[in-house]
Amino acid sequence: MTGDLARLLDGPAHGLAAAVSAREVRARDVAGAALLRAGRSRERHGAFLHVAGEDAIEAAAEVDRRVAAGEALPLAGVPIAVKDNVHVAGMPTTAGSRILGAFVPPEDATCVARLKAAGCVVVGKTSCDELGMGSTNETSAFGPVRNPWEPTRVPGGSSGGSAAAVAARAVPLAVGTDTGGSVRLPAAFCGLVGVRPTFGRVSRLGLVAFASSFDQAGPLARHARDAALALEAMSGADPRDATSLPGASPDLLSRLDDGVAGLRVGLLDDEEGVHPDAAAALSATARLLASRGASLVPLRLPRLALGVAAYYLIAAAEASSNLARFDGVRFGARAAGDGPAELVRATRAAGFGDEVKRRVLLGTFALSAGHREAWYERAQRVRTRIALDLGEAFRACDLLLSPTAPGPAFPIGEKSGDPLSLYLTDVFTVPASLAGLPAVAVPAGLSRERLPVGVQLAGPAGSEALLLAVARELEAARGPWTAPPDVIR
Amino acid sequence: MARLAAMDVTDGEAARLAEELSRVLDHFDAIRAVPDDLLPPVPDAPPAPLRDDVPSSGPGERAYVAANAPERARGHFVVPRVVSRNG
Repeated sequence: MTGDLARLLDGPAHGLAAAVSAREVRARDVAGAALLRAGRSRERHGAFLHVAGEDAIEAAAEVDRRVAAGEALPLAGVPIAVKDNVHVAGMPTTAGSRILGAFVPPEDATCVARLKAAGCVVVGKTSCDELGMGSTNETSAFGPVRNPWEPTRVPGGSSGGSAAAVAARAVPLAVGTDTGGSVRLPAAFCGLVGVRPTFGRVSRLGLVAFASSFDQAGPLARHARDAALALEAMSGADPRDATSLPGASPDLLSRLDDGVAGLRVGLLDDEEGVHPDAAAALSATARLLASRGASLVPLRLPRLALGVAAYYLIAAAEASSNLARFDGVRFGARAAGDGPAELVRATRAAGFGDEVKRRVLLGTFALSAGHREAWYERAQRVRTRIALDLGEAFRACDLLLSPTAPGPAFPIGEKSGDPLSLYLTDVFTVPASLAGLPAVAVPAGLSRERLPVGVQLAGPAGSEALLLAVARELEAARGPWTAPPDVIR
Repeated sequence: MARLAAMDVTDGEAARLAEELSRVLDHFDAIRAVPDDLLPPVPDAPPAPLRDDVPSSGPGERAYVAANAPERARGHFVVPRVVSRNG
C-alpha cells in the first residue's frame, strides 16, 4: 500500500472523498487498499463476516467514471462497512444468526443504495449480535468481536463489528443499526461518533427487522463531519417504508461549525451505577461546553430509569412477532421435521441462539392472554410517560447530556452469563429509543485504563444538525482523534 | 411459552431460560409499581400512511420471493406432507 493511500484511509472520509473528487487518487485503488485492511480486520478483531472481492473494485471503478464525467459525489470513493443485518445486494446477510442460512438479498437496503449513490463503496459486512440483540457482540453465532483498544474486551453491540472496523481504521465509515443503543454503545466503547437518527429519518427497508417501532440505521465514524455526511446521504423519505418521515434529507452540514454559544444543555444528575471515569468524562464535557458559551441546566428525570424495563418488554414483544417469519420454509436455514409444525419448531430451535430465544419467549409472554395488560400495555404506558417527560425537559433545554454507557468496555465473557446486567448497560441509551428521538454518542476521552468513554447528546425530534454541531465543537476542543493501540495498517 | 413461540426447547434449556427470565421480570416489576395516575392510557398506534396502489415492476416477482427458500420445486415452497397418503 502506498503512503498516500494509507494516509487517506487513516484520515477522515471527507478528506478521502475530496481527493477522489479532485482525481488525485482513484477510487479503485482506495477500494483495493481498504479490502486488504478489511481482511486484516476480520483476522485480527473478527470485525467482518464477509469481505467483498472484485465486485467492490468494479463498484469503485464506476465511481471513478462518475467523477470523470463531472458528477459531484459527497462521499466519492469512500470505502464503507455495513452491519450484517442490513442488506447489500449480492453479499450474504446473516445478521449474526444461523437462522438466515445462506441468504443473499437481491437488492440493497435503501440506506445502502443511497450511500452508494453518494459515492460509497461497500467493502464488506460486519459482525453483530444475533439479529441485533445484544450489547457486546458476544451473541453473534460467529464468535465475538475484539475491541481494537484492548482485544480482550468487548467492542459493544450490537453494531460491534462496524465500530471495531472504524476504530481500527479498516474503513473511515460504517453503517450500524440502533434499536435500544446498538450504534451508540459500540461508538462509546470504541471511541467513535455514532448517530441514532430521529425515528423515520432513515428508511428501514432492507434492515432485518428486530423491533419495528425502534429500529433505525445510523453511521459510525471517527469524525463528526463524516457522520453528518453519511447521515445526510442515508436519510430521506422512502415510499417503501410506511414509517419513514416525509420530506428530503435534512441539511446537516451548513450548521456544523456553528458552535455551542447560547445553547442550554440539560445535565442529568443521576450518577447511580456510573463508573467514576464515565462520571468524570461527563463533568469534563459539561465544563467544556460551558467554557464555550453553553449554559448548563441541571435536570432530574427519575422515570428514565424505568426505560430499560419498558424497552425490553416492548422490543421483545415486537421481536416475537417479527421473528415469526423465520419458519424454515420461505427463506433461510431449515431443520428436519416430520410435519410442517415440527419443521418450524425444529428450525427455530436450531437456528436461534440463547439471547434470541430469551427475547422471543419474553415477548411471547408479555403479549400472551392474561399477561398483556400487566406487562406489554403497562410498558407502552411507561414509554409514553418517558416521551412526555423528555418533551417537557426539552422546554427547559436544547439537548440532554448524559453518559452513553455506565462505564468503559468490559472483558469478553464478564457479563455474558447475566442477561439482566447486560440489559442494564443500555440504561442511558433506551430513553431516546423509546421516544423516537435522535441521539449522538461522542468520544469524551480515555479512562484510567486507557479505554474510551463517551457521552451522549440527545435532542428533540429532528435535531440531528444541532447534535452534530455540538459533537463537532467537542471534537474541535479536544483535538485530533486518538487512535487505538491495535490499528490495522 | 415455547409452544406459543413455535420453538422447541429442551428440558434443560427450559429450566435455565425460566430462571433467567424470572430474574429479568423481577427487575422489570418496577413498572408495575408506578402509580397508575402517573401513566397515560395505552396509546393508539399511529395510522400508517397509505401509498398509491400501483403495481410494482420491481422486486416482488416469484423468483425474487423464492430465491432464498431452503427447498422449492416448480415455483413453490416445499414443506413436509401435511395429509398422509392413506389419511
